[in-house]
Amino acid sequence: MMADLFVQFCEMLVVLGLAPLLAGYVRTLKARLVGRRGPPLMQPYRDLLRLIRKEVVLADSASWLFRAAPYIVFAATWVAAALVPTFATGLLFNYAADMIAIVALLATARFMLALAGLDVGTSFGGIGSSREMMIASLAEPAMVMVVFTLSLLAGSTQLSSIAAFMQGPGVGLRVSLAMALVALIMVAIAENARIPVDNPATHLELTMVHEAMILEYSGRHLALIELASFVKLLLYTSIIGCVFAPWGIAVAGQGLGAYLVGLAVYVVKLAVAGLLLALFETAIAKMRVFRYSDFLGSALMLGVLATLLLFVSRVA
Amino acid sequence: MTAEFLLGCVAALLATSAAGLVFYRCRIASAAVYTACLAITGAALVAATRASLSPASLHGALSLPLGLPWLGAHFKVDALAAFFLLVINLGGAMASLFALGYGRHEETPGRVLPFFPAFLAGMNLVLLAADAFTFLFAWEFMSLSSWALVMAHHRRPGNTTAGYLYLLMASFGTLALLLAFGLLAGPSGGYEFTVIRQMPPAASISAVVLVLALIGAGSKAGLVPLHVWLPLAHPAAPTHVSALMSGVMTKVAVYGFVRIVFDLLGPPTWWWGAIVPLIGGITAVMGVLYALLQNDLKRLLAYSTVENIGIIFVGLGLALAFQANQMQAAAALALTAALLHVFNHSLFKSLLFFGAGAVLSSTGERDMDRLGGLIHRMPRTAFAFLIGSAAISALPPFNGFVSEWLTFQAILLSPTLPQWLLKFLVPAVGALLALAAALAGACFVKAFGITFLGRPRTDIARGAAETDAWSIAAMFILAALCLLAGILPGYFIDALGPVIEAMTGASLPRQEQLDWLTIVPIAQSRSSYNGLLVFFFIVLSASLAAEAIHRWASAAVRRSAPWDCGFPDASPATQYTSGSFSQPIRRVFGTVLFRAREEVQMPPPGDASPARLQVHLRDLPWDLVYVPIARAVAFCAERLNALQFLTIRGYLTLVFSALVVLLMVLAVWQ
Repeated sequence: MMADLFVQFCEMLVVLGLAPLLAGYVRTLKARLVGRRGPPLMQPYRDLLRLIRKEVVLADSASWLFRAAPYIVFAATWVAAALVPTFATGLLFNYAADMIAIVALLATARFMLALAGLDVGTSFGGIGSSREMMIASLAEPAMVMVVFTLSLLAGSTQLSSIAAFMQGPGVGLRVSLAMALVALIMVAIAENARIPVDNPATHLELTMVHEAMILEYSGRHLALIELASFVKLLLYTSIIGCVFAPWGIAVAGQGLGAYLVGLAVYVVKLAVAGLLLALFETAIAKMRVFRYSDFLGSALMLGVLATLLLFVSRVA
Repeated sequence: MTAEFLLGCVAALLATSAAGLVFYRCRIASAAVYTACLAITGAALVAATRASLSPASLHGALSLPLGLPWLGAHFKVDALAAFFLLVINLGGAMASLFALGYGRHEETPGRVLPFFPAFLAGMNLVLLAADAFTFLFAWEFMSLSSWALVMAHHRRPGNTTAGYLYLLMASFGTLALLLAFGLLAGPSGGYEFTVIRQMPPAASISAVVLVLALIGAGSKAGLVPLHVWLPLAHPAAPTHVSALMSGVMTKVAVYGFVRIVFDLLGPPTWWWGAIVPLIGGITAVMGVLYALLQNDLKRLLAYSTVENIGIIFVGLGLALAFQANQMQAAAALALTAALLHVFNHSLFKSLLFFGAGAVLSSTGERDMDRLGGLIHRMPRTAFAFLIGSAAISALPPFNGFVSEWLTFQAILLSPTLPQWLLKFLVPAVGALLALAAALAGACFVKAFGITFLGRPRTDIARGAAETDAWSIAAMFILAALCLLAGILPGYFIDALGPVIEAMTGASLPRQEQLDWLTIVPIAQSRSSYNGLLVFFFIVLSASLAAEAIHRWASAAVRRSAPWDCGFPDASPATQYTSGSFSQPIRRVFGTVLFRAREEVQMPPPGDASPARLQVHLRDLPWDLVYVPIARAVAFCAERLNALQFLTIRGYLTLVFSALVVLLMVLAVWQ
């Protein structure tokens, strides 16, 4: 029991430690791809440290909600990340909640962040919150449909069980799975405010969404929110990794060696995923705001289609 | 014993109502009436809770020599009625507690005090009734007393229209239920529920009864397209009554549907499980989209009730589909999800209406665009409203998430259904449900954010003050229950066990013995959710983060003007309003569903007047269903108008030919 708890705790720390690295890695890769030198890999850590040392400049009209929101956003995202198998499945917390709960926990984080965007009472905060909720209103059902597809195949909504199923012989090549993968990637791009939906590097533009919402944040609050968004990127990468590339993942109780192998494989997976993300982001242009609905609507339709195919192909 | 006690409560409520009618002019009348209501519904709540926790003690039926002389009035409390009695009396007690403070602001107590206890009595009576006549009588009594409450402020613009529409739809619904019970009773006319239960009708007749029950109960609950009266009538009433109508009376309608379809109608046919979830899914999405487009806080809440009724009917419909295919365990899961959502929705919808009422009594405003920044002036109300918003948006660790999670789990069990139509339909319904859940989040970010956050938009909002202690108490009790039902859902699911057992013949596995209070509908490898652990982890990691920040980060805070990208504008008018918040969603969904059109009116060059943006929306159910019906009625009335002005010869001919036609019909019939 204590050992399980310890492994789970280590997993949460690994997630927290690796998350800024992944973000920095993608940033550096993107810079290299367009011929710039780019920031060093460790830059996100330095940014976070710098932010927590700075004072907080709080708007006059900010309420307690504005100050509490970063903690809740961070906590909900971190708990969601703890529920996703990274280097090992079947960890202690994995059965506390399933994939639907992970989606809902991320929704809790988004709910608080959108409220915080409205709290100061500026037009930029409003634009960010309103657009974020519009994106979520399409991305979240698409994600739920992906969950449906996966859980109909694996007979479970638990990520650990799904990962175990995907490693097993019963999977095979399925059209539904391909559709679910595409839909999941589209949702992940939208949810993490990446190009073509949002640009994480933008400022002072009417097209920004996530950055507009957190525009009034500074100091330690901003550090928490940034860290939460790094964790979210890692979380989606881990979901895609453990479902669609479940190789090499350890199973709880296999011992230290298996965990270390799992960890190494996991880091390799993150590196590959980060490379693909950077390539994709460099190759594509950002969309206009009202094209998002086409993008995410097609993700939703792919998800529905994938589920429908499974419903129909099931024999009673 | 329980039935007698609850009937006594009903009698006491009616006596309070009579006292209210006589003494409403007294200074203490309001406090006395609401205290009495609180005490009586509190006692009824205790009785109902005991009854639903130990249903074995319930077998006494009671009949009184009231009503039709050859029938009498029959009363019985079974597991289903006990559960709904719990929901109704909890909502009633909370509304009375809230009204102890809120009711003091009432300008016309004579129009509220006599009807409020009568309304509570009517709802209780519907649940106690064990024959069709008493049921319909109580149903109509409930409708009329709530109609009187809707008309309490009849001079306010729009309220008489709302009352008229409500009366029309309520009578229509009761007519449908009357016909349904007529068909159930059959030619022999056995109107007692025990008699009806023993002789289930033929398949063709039960199909008609299902449709009639859907219309009758659905018009009261607010299923699309029968919802049109609801968002007009619910907000028109005083707020504690709005909370009762939205949070509780719609649940009486759900009870009516469950009683007729699951209990009295006999085994279901599979296609019932197709139309009911489909209507539920459409209702959920349409309801929340309507809610998103509202600027009136109370109307937004009323539309969100339509959404939640849709979610409940999805669960009920899935239970019918499973039951028709003898999948009892799955039916038990779907019905548990639906009934748990009944309970949950009654909690958070009452809470949210109370919050809206506190804002209304403090500012006199329901229009969100004239509010803002209330979190500073009404911190307690804002906190309670925030909990309610999170709960209704199905966010963990609150209770709304649990019932939606169970509904999703029920949907995931449905690929094994043999019928092809269901195979196509159920995933589509699942997608509608997911869409509704996500949109509800957006809707309540808007409801809370525009009303309570930001800077005050008017002087009224700037001068708001916190509401009274009674109202706060009512809101905080409900908020605590929302959290409790979210983190310990196992106990609530177990408490539903007897009802589910009685309706479907199966029930979920006992949840309370499971490790760490996890809930596991089928098997752990399949799905599990542990609200307590999730809550505990969120608190733990938030406090870990706070501790780390506290230890290592700079604690300096400086207050200054907002940054706003370097263009801070002193005017609060530059903030996002409710209309601008929902604009992206309106553009995505509204162009098809509401034919939304934006029209920019630019002043001619040289003219300094401001440009205007107008949004045109069409309410398609209204335009496509109600307007043609109203037109047809008006057309017939116009034509029949001539009959008023016949000569005596003409009238005699008319009467004679009518007689001949009727006799011929009778002759042909036999």
